[in-house]
Amino acid sequence: MGSVELIDVSKTFMLRVDGAQQTVRALENLSFSVSDGEIVALIGPSGCGKTTALRIAMGLDAASGGKVAVDGVTVIGCGHDRGMVFQHAELLPWLTALENVMFGLEMKGMRGAQLRETAQRYLALVGLQDSGNRRPYQLSGGMQQRVGIARALAIDPKVLLMDEPFGALDAQTRETMQAELIDIHARTGKTILFVTHDLDEAVLLADRVVVMQHGAVQEIMNVPLPRPRGDLEALRGSAAFTETRYRLWRAINATDH
Amino acid sequence: MPRWAITLISLAVLIGAWEFFGRDINPVFGSYPSAIAVAFVELVRTGQLGAALYESLRPFVVGYGLAIMVGVPLGLIIGRFRVVEAALGIYVTAGYAMPLVALVPLLILWLGLGFAVKASVVFLMSLFPICINTWLGVTAVPKSLIEVGRAFVAPDSVILRRIVLPATLPYIMAGIRLAVGRAVVAMVIAEFFTTISGLGAIIINSANNFDTATMFVPIVVLMVLAIGLNGLIGWVEHRVAPWQAEIAGRDE
Ligand SMILES: Nc1ncnc2c1ncn2[C@@H]1O[C@H](COP(=O)(O)OP(=O)(O)OP(=O)(O)O)[C@@H](O)[C@H]1O
Ligand SMILES: [Mg+2]
Repeated sequence: MGSVELIDVSKTFMLRVDGAQQTVRALENLSFSVSDGEIVALIGPSGCGKTTALRIAMGLDAASGGKVAVDGVTVIGCGHDRGMVFQHAELLPWLTALENVMFGLEMKGMRGAQLRETAQRYLALVGLQDSGNRRPYQLSGGMQQRVGIARALAIDPKVLLMDEPFGALDAQTRETMQAELIDIHARTGKTILFVTHDLDEAVLLADRVVVMQHGAVQEIMNVPLPRPRGDLEALRGSAAFTETRYRLWRAINATDH
Repeated sequence: MPRWAITLISLAVLIGAWEFFGRDINPVFGSYPSAIAVAFVELVRTGQLGAALYESLRPFVVGYGLAIMVGVPLGLIIGRFRVVEAALGIYVTAGYAMPLVALVPLLILWLGLGFAVKASVVFLMSLFPICINTWLGVTAVPKSLIEVGRAFVAPDSVILRRIVLPATLPYIMAGIRLAVGRAVVAMVIAEFFTTISGLGAIIINSANNFDTATMFVPIVVLMVLAIGLNGLIGWVEHRVAPWQAEIAGRDE
């Protein structure tokens, strides 16, 4: 199981600008849910609160109001039931790729031979079985991101939360990674909530797309593409893809006024 | 050109110029490299230098070593926990500026004239730069790295040991390096103001005899010692934090 619900989540940031107190209402009664095994994309204009929503779902920030539930149980703070993939990988630079994956596992209490084996297995899952002893600076951006994904997957969370996981990558690497994610999803059946700016990515990967605007849900759109989506390339050419992408584009642009 | 060659040329020019101009100075008011070298050989031959060096290094190693062992954890804790920072931060900041020479008589009253007071002076002089640098380093650790720990539900102690400490290592090493110079100065001050001993004794005694060349020997030895320690620390840093040199954007 692995469903996530955001129920009336609000977040107000207090900040000081030139000595004056300001409040920023980043989220206002944001509600949506991701059901077990589903992939949901979070999309919307810059500053609409996507990262904030994800961080609250992860437990890195506390909500000012409302709650987050995983499998119906309200969560407080971070937990091993959720795995986070950061926008810029955020690997620990002094650890090798393998050790970075092992770090998450150790925090979950795994020890001994099993620890290294499991980490190795997840590195292999993202195609990095041969780069385990490299340090982050010896890896390309895409490889770093894959280590980040392996690290989050390895702890076997119910839900994978990803903040623009492929945003910093070039188009080609991004496509490879998207295919890889679809593949991983097909094999593990993980529940995935990810933030993106890329309409194609949202339509290709997600079962539903949550369009956000000013810290609230503007629209939730179903993506009527079949699963499994083995061949992303063929999918891009399909009429259903083009049609859905256009509907999504309209939905997002409707929010821009 | 390799770096050591540039350093060597720089040294040769400086020593050459000193030799050239130093010879014209009255030997009471100054000295020059070849005279210092002769004095050096003499001090080594009589065994005076070796004995003095040993006598000086004992409190130095103990005081400096303790300063690292206390300063690093203290800096980590001050930097990491706001309450501790509020409670202890001011003392560390003030301690750094403390005119230690003025406190030596007091330390003598407490600890006597021997080894303990000398080690304490070295300790107090090197503790603060190490502690402050570590503290500064902790506050500069990117929040995003701490959040990696939090996202994987690492306890505070693990975040401190496995994320904050390695991320702070370059600052810690810089502090340890800065402290070398202060520790050397502290050592000589201690030898001047407590029981006159070690390298400090050679300086004082030869100065009293207007034997300026001999006086320069321990001074040069101390500077060479500091350079050597600095190199050693750099080497250790490279061993414990090999990733740092790779990320740093310095031209070779
Ligand atoms: N730590 C913070 N302190 C103050 N305000 C913040 C903080 N984090 C976010 N905000 C504000 O909250 C709002 C939402 O920010 P958020 O980062 O969630 O946007 P986003 O949708 O992820 O944008 P982008 O697409 O550019 O990443 C913005 O107005 C931002 O200025
Ligand atoms: Mg964002």
